[in-house]
Amino acid sequence: MTSDAGAISVSLSGVLGDFSLSAAFDVPARGVTSLFGSSGCGKTTVLRCLAGLQRLSGRVIIDGEVWQDSEAGIFLPPHERHTGYVFQEASLFPHLSVKNNLLYGARRVRQSSGRHEGPDLDGVVDLLGIRHLLDRATTTLSGGERQRVAVGRALLSAPRVLLMDEPLSALDRMTKDELLPYFERLHEQLSLPILYVSHDLAEVERLADTLVLMQNGRVIASGALGELQTDPSLPLLSAPEATVVLEGRVESIDDRYALTTLTVPGARLTVPGRHGAAGDKRRLSIAASDVSLARSAPTDSTILNCLPARIVSIEGREDTPQVSVILALGDGARDNRIAARITRKSLEHLNFRPGDHVFAQIKSVALVAARAASDAAEQV
Amino acid sequence: MLDAQQLWSPICLTLELAVITTVLLLVVGTPIGWWLARSRARWKEAMAAVVAMPLVLPPTVLGFYLLLLLGPNGPGGWVAPLWGARTVAFTFEGLVLGSVLYSMPFVVQPIRNAFEAIGDRPLEVAATLRASPMDAFWSVAVPLARPGFLTGAVLGFAHTVGEFGVVLMIGGNIPNETKVLSVAIYDYVETQQWTEAHILAGGMVVFSFLVILAMFTLEKRIGRSRR
Repeated sequence: MTSDAGAISVSLSGVLGDFSLSAAFDVPARGVTSLFGSSGCGKTTVLRCLAGLQRLSGRVIIDGEVWQDSEAGIFLPPHERHTGYVFQEASLFPHLSVKNNLLYGARRVRQSSGRHEGPDLDGVVDLLGIRHLLDRATTTLSGGERQRVAVGRALLSAPRVLLMDEPLSALDRMTKDELLPYFERLHEQLSLPILYVSHDLAEVERLADTLVLMQNGRVIASGALGELQTDPSLPLLSAPEATVVLEGRVESIDDRYALTTLTVPGARLTVPGRHGAAGDKRRLSIAASDVSLARSAPTDSTILNCLPARIVSIEGREDTPQVSVILALGDGARDNRIAARITRKSLEHLNFRPGDHVFAQIKSVALVAARAASDAAEQV
Repeated sequence: MLDAQQLWSPICLTLELAVITTVLLLVVGTPIGWWLARSRARWKEAMAAVVAMPLVLPPTVLGFYLLLLLGPNGPGGWVAPLWGARTVAFTFEGLVLGSVLYSMPFVVQPIRNAFEAIGDRPLEVAATLRASPMDAFWSVAVPLARPGFLTGAVLGFAHTVGEFGVVLMIGGNIPNETKVLSVAIYDYVETQQWTEAHILAGGMVVFSFLVILAMFTLEKRIGRSRR
């Protein structure tokens, strides 16, 4: 059995009650991979199998380390797998202080390996902004604080991979907004791969680099987030709220009009507000319904972002009033795709065909949570 | 005419019996309670019923079978010669065994309930934080089940102090060996020594009240610190 380092390779199948699961995917062992799907599609089960908390037959190989291989009779028990697991509810130990919760795993790692491994307490405490909580009892913490401590506790156990099972779904909107920037910092500042289970597309758009799409116990697709969002065979594109996420870099800030210009491969986009400094990475999202198409560059439009693009394909059934158009930005040297939602009437009227060069007018480009993230980063 | 020595002997003997029984019950009851709380075995409830049987069984019935078991013609009679005795019945050790069996449900049930109340999650968390099952048991399950241990210990102790039927069947009435409080009171009443009976019985009333009060207070304190 060969397994390449640098990848998380999972292949699991089995029956649980009346639910049959058969999931296989290979994703890079870096960045955030989101296991995404509706409730009950088996994504949590996959995560629990990765941690060894549940057992299905198959293989789990993390960055070259074999945790499970049913054919070879290998199944490491959970405490021998180097995972950090963040549950839906923080599940802090009520009989231990915050500090002792944080150190619970770290102490055991040190005992078994005889040396200090993983991040140190100070770094994690600062990263998550929980220094003021260290001597508190866990029962006095708010929901958001509890979940931050739970993340810190998992990080301190020196994991090879951080598994997060809908860590925000038990929290209210405000607490979610308070926590997401911290998760984004994990993403930016740690080289640790994260597997993030979610059924909330907004979270996925903010955090994920790679997406594993699940439906009824099967993996229907896995790959880079942007690729899957513009894949016509997947439900993401046909959903009413279809969106495409682009990775951008701040190019310049126009102080007079308070506008920020960012470059994405193949295009340059301008968004209102001052965001970060030149060179900073920012994530942008463009909703398909905010993109309209024109044959020629409009000269008298209020829309700032009007980009030359090429039609890659046109998706939509004959009987639907609207179709999705997949566009490649720029001259296609390195394709960066977005989607546009237009009416069938316009499509036929302007006679768009795949391969046509058009202008994509983007009514609004959203910076995905960049404001909160930069605020959090400035606190450090 | 009060004989202090005569009064003290059953009190000390009873306390000694109750302390030894409670310690043994915690040692034996913890793995049983853990198993009953965590096992998925189908015959688990049958096992639970066996442990709980002394709750409904007349003490004399339990005592009767113990007498057969411990007496000179039972297994007790076979092992007793090893230390030069004829029987295990009518000895302090026999009384300890009887008490352990008789008070078992009062200790196992609270411990089982406490372990069940913890649920799987804290143990799963511990496992993902590199704690072996044994490590997780001591560092997470036992501390979280503390109220159950406390309740079990208090109930087991109090119940042993109050037991009468089993003692009468397998202990007899040997001063300094098997003559415990409840039997002593019965004796005093039989021989119309009302003063002595009053002292012991009144003492028991006060003792019982204090035990229950202590338990309620402690439970409330633990409950508050957990909130």
